Amino acid sequence: MCNNKVKDDFTELKHIIDETGHEESALISILHKTQEYYGYIPRQAQGFIAHELKIPASKVYGVVSFYSYFVEKPKGKYQISVCLGTACYVKGAADVLKRLESELGIKFGETTPDLKFSIAQTRCLGDCSNAPVLMINDKLYSKVSPDEIPLILESYKEEVSS
Amino acid sequence: MTSSSLKYSKDNTDKRLDYNSLRQLKEEAYKNLKKRVLKDDAIGINENGTFYLKGDYYEKQLRIALRNCGIIDPGNIEDSIATDGYKALADLLENNVSGQQIVDDMTRANLRGRGGAGFNAGRKWAEALSHEAPHKYIVCNADEGDPGAFMDRSILELDPHSVLEGMAIAGYAIGADKGFIYVRAEYPLAVRNLKIAINQAMEKGLLGDNILGSNFSFSIELRLGAGAFVCGEATALIESIEGHRGMPRNKIFRTAHKGLFQMPTVLNNVETLANVHMIMLNGVDWFRSIGTKDSPGTKVFSVVGKVLNAGLVEVPMGTPLTSIIYDISGGIKNNKKLKAVQTGGPSGGCIPASLVESTTVDFECLESLGSIMGSGGMVVMDEDDCMVDIARFFMEFTVEESCGKCTPCRVGNKRILETLDRITQGQGSEKDLPYLKELSEVIRDTSLCGLGQAATNPVLSTLRYFENEYISHVKNKRCMAKVCRNLLIYFVGEGCIGCGLCKINCPVKCIEGERKIRHIIDPEKCIKCGTCMEKCPVHAITLS
Repeated sequence: MCNNKVKDDFTELKHIIDETGHEESALISILHKTQEYYGYIPRQAQGFIAHELKIPASKVYGVVSFYSYFVEKPKGKYQISVCLGTACYVKGAADVLKRLESELGIKFGETTPDLKFSIAQTRCLGDCSNAPVLMINDKLYSKVSPDEIPLILESYKEEVSS
Repeated sequence: MTSSSLKYSKDNTDKRLDYNSLRQLKEEAYKNLKKRVLKDDAIGINENGTFYLKGDYYEKQLRIALRNCGIIDPGNIEDSIATDGYKALADLLENNVSGQQIVDDMTRANLRGRGGAGFNAGRKWAEALSHEAPHKYIVCNADEGDPGAFMDRSILELDPHSVLEGMAIAGYAIGADKGFIYVRAEYPLAVRNLKIAINQAMEKGLLGDNILGSNFSFSIELRLGAGAFVCGEATALIESIEGHRGMPRNKIFRTAHKGLFQMPTVLNNVETLANVHMIMLNGVDWFRSIGTKDSPGTKVFSVVGKVLNAGLVEVPMGTPLTSIIYDISGGIKNNKKLKAVQTGGPSGGCIPASLVESTTVDFECLESLGSIMGSGGMVVMDEDDCMVDIARFFMEFTVEESCGKCTPCRVGNKRILETLDRITQGQGSEKDLPYLKELSEVIRDTSLCGLGQAATNPVLSTLRYFENEYISHVKNKRCMAKVCRNLLIYFVGEGCIGCGLCKINCPVKCIEGERKIRHIIDPEKCIKCGTCMEKCPVHAITLS
């Protein structure tokens, strides 16, 4: 989803709420539409929804955190999964992860501010003979050394800007 | 005709139907559908003019809930009308049949809830009818969450109108004016087709105000789930529609008395509602003539796992399990041996091969074996499946999906999972088995809702029928099905030609050996990744 939507301007969100309804039972439908619009459900938006529906913000947060479909953090366009299975681990997957984190300036489980990359750990990807491996969306990279990381990322960065 | 329906027919003369124009439209639509069907090799026409899917797989089934699936175009209401869609509703309205009469018929039909609990749908309707209230609601439970089950998805995607009509009939019977369909957000095509179907039915005057020109008004709203398995439980689902966290209620009142917004609410499953039309059209006696005495009608199963033809199978209740697995689904893949059949999803149990012979699929028989009918998931397993691992898999699912409201389910299931994890990793002890059994029984007896009460069923039933597998895991530290990796040893056999491929590819360098001499794997260092076995050109490496 578009990352340029100003998080403090809730004109569109107000529109969504007016269209869906102000009663408490509309909450989950509103959250669905909010996530469709932003790509996730920002905290500020939760506060705004609570205000509009005249319910506590804790109640909105309670619902958002209960349902696994709702996410509070935006996911990146490219999901990087670093295999931390045993075979990859002994072959230095931890170093690969460390390099990746420092190159992108984020920790695993996070997303870059420009919403291009997120890093996730994953259990065994089943490609132990090519350890260590990482996967970007559906593409697999085998026998990755930490020094190759910048090169791999570069190809995606270019693709994104073009 | 009432004055308001006159108003509608003036505004929307060509669109909103009445009884006569519905009949006319049916004739026309039937001709169109027949024309299309005649060109389609996959569909045949019965003597009475109805359609059926050709091929052994379908013809061996009795498709009632799935009657139109794969035959009509779900995006076109006229196709549904062509196959008598909305005729049951129209007949009831036109003949002014009383709600009490419909409820009595439904109760006598004994259509038992297809979502799993098997409660007589007519009795739910009767209770909702008996309570006076300013509003009453019909809720369709389309939150099908069992892994490996997709009966409801198929009906919603391929024949949405049958569900809408069932809801409208239920609404007319109990005096409700509003219905909700609670459908998973993970089913985008079902959501899309339902939206189209509701809009088309509204346009034609088959839903909305003054349906078919009668005094009966009924509208249906879609509500999307948000990825919580527990919302398949009736009261949790109601909480979710009301905009809360999907946590089950304490059941002081039945939902038919005080349900959604504290009003009388009938909550039925998709497949249950899809059956209503057929019962109303063909009569109670027809319905009762199918299936068994206590479980009349048919049931749709999603048969998956190690069978040759995985898919949806609808058969009369009481059909032998063997005929589903062997006659219809083509038997076990790769000529392997059947080990067990798991029914009822994460709340169900495993039926061992030795009992499959004598098992029939109806509520009573499955329950007596410690499993359940459930919503109709049926996972067929062969000798390569480890039952301890299966139990662990389902517990992992339940732990993830427990809502956390009651302690037995929230904490107890976690302890069970930890124990099973230990056992599958080779760290179990014999004391674990009685502990698992006792804790499972406590969770079953003390949990708040159906999810917790049935959560340990997979453990209890595998302990009951496959205790020897548990014992070999904890005592001999062996997994007979060769699934639990930590219990396996890779071994280089005599066929080794000493090519060294395994040695080169081993990620932890635990294989030793000179060229052309048989290699040796150090089991202490081996991480059991299986690479050596994959790379060996002469298949000399085996698991034991």
